[in-house]
Amino acid sequence: MSEDHQNDDEREAVVEGVGKAQASRRRFLQVLGAATATAATSQADAAPWEEYFQQHYKRLTDEDKREIFARLEAEVQDKYGVAVHISDPKPIDGVEFAYALNLQACVGCRRCEYACAQENNTSRSPEMHYIRVLQMDKGSLDVERSNTTYEGAVPTAEHYYQPVQCHQCRDAPCVRACPVNATWAEPDGIVVVDYNWCIGCRYCEAACPYFARRFNYEEPTVRPSEINPDQGYLSNRLRPRGVMEKCTYCLHRTRKGLMPACLEACPTGSRKFGNLLDPNSEVRQVIETKRVYILHEDAGTNPRFYYYFG
Amino acid sequence: MRDFIAFVRSSLGAVMHGSSAYYRWLAFLGVWMLLGCAAAAWQFANGLGVSNLTDQVPWGVYIANFSFLVGLAAASVLVVIPAYVYRDAALYDVSILGELLAVAAMVMSLLFIVVDLGHPELFWHLLPMLGILNFPQSMLAWDVVVINGYLFINAYVVSYLLFSKYCGRVPNKRWYFPVLLLGVVWAVGIHTIPAFLYASLGGRPFWHSAVLAPRFLASAFVSGPSLLIIALTVVRDQMHFPVREEALQRLRQIVGVAAVFNLFLTVSEIFVEIYPGTSHSASMRYILVGLHGHNLLVPYIWTGIALSVFAAVVFLARPLYSRPKLLLVACASAVIGVWIEKGMGLVIPGFIPTSLGEIVEYSPSFIEFCVSAGIWAIGAFLYTLMLKVAVPIELGTLRRPGAPNERIGLDPVRGAA
Ligand code: SF4
Ligand code: SF4
Repeated sequence: MSEDHQNDDEREAVVEGVGKAQASRRRFLQVLGAATATAATSQADAAPWEEYFQQHYKRLTDEDKREIFARLEAEVQDKYGVAVHISDPKPIDGVEFAYALNLQACVGCRRCEYACAQENNTSRSPEMHYIRVLQMDKGSLDVERSNTTYEGAVPTAEHYYQPVQCHQCRDAPCVRACPVNATWAEPDGIVVVDYNWCIGCRYCEAACPYFARRFNYEEPTVRPSEINPDQGYLSNRLRPRGVMEKCTYCLHRTRKGLMPACLEACPTGSRKFGNLLDPNSEVRQVIETKRVYILHEDAGTNPRFYYYFG
Repeated sequence: MRDFIAFVRSSLGAVMHGSSAYYRWLAFLGVWMLLGCAAAAWQFANGLGVSNLTDQVPWGVYIANFSFLVGLAAASVLVVIPAYVYRDAALYDVSILGELLAVAAMVMSLLFIVVDLGHPELFWHLLPMLGILNFPQSMLAWDVVVINGYLFINAYVVSYLLFSKYCGRVPNKRWYFPVLLLGVVWAVGIHTIPAFLYASLGGRPFWHSAVLAPRFLASAFVSGPSLLIIALTVVRDQMHFPVREEALQRLRQIVGVAAVFNLFLTVSEIFVEIYPGTSHSASMRYILVGLHGHNLLVPYIWTGIALSVFAAVVFLARPLYSRPKLLLVACASAVIGVWIEKGMGLVIPGFIPTSLGEIVEYSPSFIEFCVSAGIWAIGAFLYTLMLKVAVPIELGTLRRPGAPNERIGLDPVRGAA
């Protein structure tokens, strides 16, 4: 089977609306195809084993990382015909990221949600979104009375809106839960997942009080034309099936001084992001001067995500 | 060493030969095992997308079975304590059957964890040194440790006892008794750690309850011995193993008390959740009466409660439990009742509604059903084969060539019987 032929198949498969059964049959054929291809070309044999025995992120040397990134980039090139660049920006000393979101200004347009999916290469089919925008009843802070599947014009007179994403908790239950340390908090506060170390037990997902984690039950798919080529190893690189992922405050952007994609997409300026340790940062100003509300504060997670009024 | 080879040979011989009912039973299990393996292979090739699990309900029938099976292992400690600590002769004779049941239960619960993983082939990440075991922070890491440990303890004790007897020797207390006692202590872990797996999650009000671990213990003390009563009856009737009536009645007493206590704990939990009507009671309302029109689990939960109540009544009323058939029916009801309560009734509603108030219901897919049935078949198969070896050794009919064919009692107090 020629390489091109397979790629065409692949591209077709990611077109939205492919039925689940059809996709699964196609996958089955792909598995067969891949198996025969591997059997035919013996020099390709090394890669799966290298991947299988790849160590935890924190145990990798710079040399290891270079090799792994190159391998991953080549895989994307092969599979999607897209040239991507995988980087590994390091946390910056003296920086602790935090988010503040203005509940009074948010109109519930969900632009952050879709911008996030684009930036972070989350699967389009099945559709995966890190951000959930809750339509809340006026007069209540109880998320249990919210609606996430609202449609039509926003905002309505009876509702206000509360977007929820990973809160990058200081005492993160997800980190504690993971049996293999595949998820941890970086020094700048961002909780990341090593997609090659996660065994897919989903205990972290059960532990998270913010419904912030997402699992790849199926092979994630993104159209080649929609792949964001600027990728972080611990953030938005293309994920394999069977692993956990989540919002990383766009660390591949924010560690380079850019703002998260969700903030840039917000038409109302409801989102403020920055360095909590810098007294002049906007997010610090918000916390010091506004009325701040923390979701599920009773869960004891100490999040780095604040809602405010005003 | 030569003895050991003979032991393995004789064991193989013992499991190869049996009545036609035995073969039919194995064939029946074999079919389910094959189906389960095929389904598991399909799931491995296609990913967990073949399950009905979602981000909202990430754990389903696999973890439900896991929670139930760790409880089933109580069959071991509940015969070991009366037999070795309180010197109950009737239970002493059958203690090995209880320990074997724990071995089978542990194997099944480990299998259920494995099939629940997105990447079961990466299990080596859990191995200390080679990988990273997040111990003692992660309760799941604790579970891996206690379950493997308990499997090892029970497997060691029964292998040692059976091997000694096979060689015609009286087992040496020094070689097994300390491990046996360790097993009793370990049993505390095996019944509480899985409960802490859930109870430790502060963000899930349905699980975040101090009464969860006691409930796990109480229900384990119902399901384990109940299943053992059934197993003992079968072994007595089919394999001519002399099980004393007192052994069955002693177990019946244990489950009777445990069943009432379990119901009591369940009722207290329901009361505390429902009466004040806080928003944290949503999951409880979901399973009892349904929530916002979603009520998939309601009939199922009430069936479980009804079965548990029925079983408790039979276990406590002499005119009822003195009828052997009815006692067996009650045992089966108790096992199913606990399976419903500790399985789907505990795991699923913990996720409904989600921490953001969404309601997504869950019921297992066809593949999940086949994989689960397959694992149960593997457990039953394993238990059957182990009994096929253990029973003749206990009876004295299976011996190393040259060893005397007499029963070896090893009552720690009375010495060789
Ligand atoms: S919000 Fe959830 S996923 Fe994010 S750090 Fe907190 S517990 Fe972990
Ligand atoms: S799903 Fe992955 S990241 Fe989450 S607890 Fe399991 S191994 Fe850790």
